[in-house]
Amino acid sequence: MFEDFHFASIVVSTIRNAPVLIFAALAGLFAERSGVIDLALEGKILASAFASAAVAYTTQNPWYGVAAGVAVSAALALLQGFVSITQKGNQLVAGIAINIAMSGLTFVLAQFFYQQGGRTPDLGQARLFDVVLPGTAAVANVPFLGWFYGHVIGGHAVLVYLAFALIPLVHWVIYHSRFGLRLRACGENPHAADAAGVNVAATRFMAMLIAGVLCSFAGAYLAIVQSGFFLRDMSAGAGYLALTALVFGNWRPLYTALGCVMFGFFSAVQIQMEGVDLPLVGRIPGSLIQMIPYVVTVIVLAGLMAKSVAPKALGTPFVKSR
Amino acid sequence: MKTTELPRWATALLLPVLNLTSALLVAALVIRLLGESPLESMTILVNSAIVNPEGLSYTLFYASTFIFTGLAVSIAMKAGLFNIGGEGQMYFGGLGLTLAMLFFDASLPAWLLIPAAIAGAALFGAMWACIPGYLQARRGSHVVVTTIMFNFIAASLMNFIIVKYLIPDGQQNPASRVFLDAGAMPRLNAWLPVLGDTPLNVSFLLAIVALAMYGVMVWRSLWGYQLRATGLNAHAAHYAGVSISRTIIVAMLVSGALAGLAAVNSVMGSTHYLSLNFPAGAGFVGIAIALMGRQHPVGIFLSAVLFGALIQGGFDLSLEKPNIPQETFIFIQGLIILFCGAMENFYGPAVLRLINLGRKG
Repeated sequence: MFEDFHFASIVVSTIRNAPVLIFAALAGLFAERSGVIDLALEGKILASAFASAAVAYTTQNPWYGVAAGVAVSAALALLQGFVSITQKGNQLVAGIAINIAMSGLTFVLAQFFYQQGGRTPDLGQARLFDVVLPGTAAVANVPFLGWFYGHVIGGHAVLVYLAFALIPLVHWVIYHSRFGLRLRACGENPHAADAAGVNVAATRFMAMLIAGVLCSFAGAYLAIVQSGFFLRDMSAGAGYLALTALVFGNWRPLYTALGCVMFGFFSAVQIQMEGVDLPLVGRIPGSLIQMIPYVVTVIVLAGLMAKSVAPKALGTPFVKSR
Repeated sequence: MKTTELPRWATALLLPVLNLTSALLVAALVIRLLGESPLESMTILVNSAIVNPEGLSYTLFYASTFIFTGLAVSIAMKAGLFNIGGEGQMYFGGLGLTLAMLFFDASLPAWLLIPAAIAGAALFGAMWACIPGYLQARRGSHVVVTTIMFNFIAASLMNFIIVKYLIPDGQQNPASRVFLDAGAMPRLNAWLPVLGDTPLNVSFLLAIVALAMYGVMVWRSLWGYQLRATGLNAHAAHYAGVSISRTIIVAMLVSGALAGLAAVNSVMGSTHYLSLNFPAGAGFVGIAIALMGRQHPVGIFLSAVLFGALIQGGFDLSLEKPNIPQETFIFIQGLIILFCGAMENFYGPAVLRLINLGRKG
């Protein structure tokens, strides 16, 4: 029964699925650890995916595409910051508004510029290509090692390495840097942070900006690495899934990233299990496997497995006390 | 005398109008950038959605669904809960309704079948909101996060149920079988021929009744008082003897039931079968409607009609102006949520200053 069920390709596609979630979840981590709920991950991913695909296609240079994605997503994050921090508006509503607006706007613009039903043309040569590590050819025929070196460690786009490199980096920034300490203070008890001389609004804006930049990589990865074009609503809930990973990982970088890899693994398994008969249970439909991350997270949220505790000041605008 | 608080007419009327105008101005700018005339587009939109009786009928048809999803979000908001799960609850409401239809549409007469299906929709919607409500009340898991999860779980689960069990034999299209005629909501054009061949049906009248009941229940009943007290200050309500967790669970049940009822108009009023992703974002529009209408029955009605008009007018506009596809109105919807919901007090300080300037000292 296992001839259709390739463990090797599940491992490789897990590595390729995870970066979208890792970028977005780490972005959300910065925003939420500073006290701003980031429901707009989905919208920022989508906007950045469109901007990077459109610019990469027009200039035929993927790096300009990535830069455009960063600019658009950062601008949206600052807008979100303006609404949530300066205007002290409802952060949930701001996030939903950005998601809905971007779902519409990206389609309208894609249709206006390319007239392909909300899709951008294929990027062709303007995609980001996989890195081939030196010596891949030499070990290609060695069993296991050839596969491991050529397809697990090597053979991915630069953004994949960036995503995995970010995990320890974010951990260090959050827990071992001065900025991280202030960031967490703003998310847990902004009044205490304010009394200690931390500028809460500035710290939160900085967090939003970092979140915007990180989130843009998720969109760029989707458009110019994974697919090679922009497609209407191509984020398909990745932003919400990243948020799920964040809740699942208890707002800690390492566990959150672990959640992302796990969710990436589920979607890899889902594709592999399509139409495969398993012993005892028979065929498991993909739609049921899709549910697993959400069901597991609800169970975690319910406190049945481990307790997930949000930053204390999450979602409350900071009003300076007199 | 100087005032530090805005008068009621300003918060209830002036601010929403200013916010809506700002959203529409941004939309006009985008339409201008797409190379079309905003004024001309607006004229086409108003003509096709309001002036033309058939168009108005379609507008009210869409509005009937939105009134229910708007009420669902509003009633939860009154209890201090943000129910983002209207989409999933409506989807499940559609399942409840469809099950009632598939089992009984051959055996029951219309006057029994339709109430049974409506009850099924409300029951399944409530059921889907029950778990997030319980988790919020008893385990402290935030209802926003759980309802988001439940939207995705509903989408996958319904996909599974429809594809595995509801597709009739020999069919490919992921949808249930078409209900028999007994299961169709009576259309209003039977009494008002001017409406033409449009799907506006009794659900619209039900929506009006629901609005009135919402107004009475929330502002004129003990339950509504407890609900609002919980939303305004849960600690104070608890001290006054209100059971917070009970109020939360009941509020979510009612909210889910209302979202489930939204399926009645879409499924029984128009398509007569359950199809994949039939809510098509109506649950999220409910959020916009609740925010814009400030959870007031009249406000909810007006916002629902506005969104109905945007959908109906937008459809006709997209036929005439290929550069303004229907998705433009998804963008505009987002703008309205942004301006009327998240930035609702954007103009507050300026209006306050103007009022104080007028009062002189």
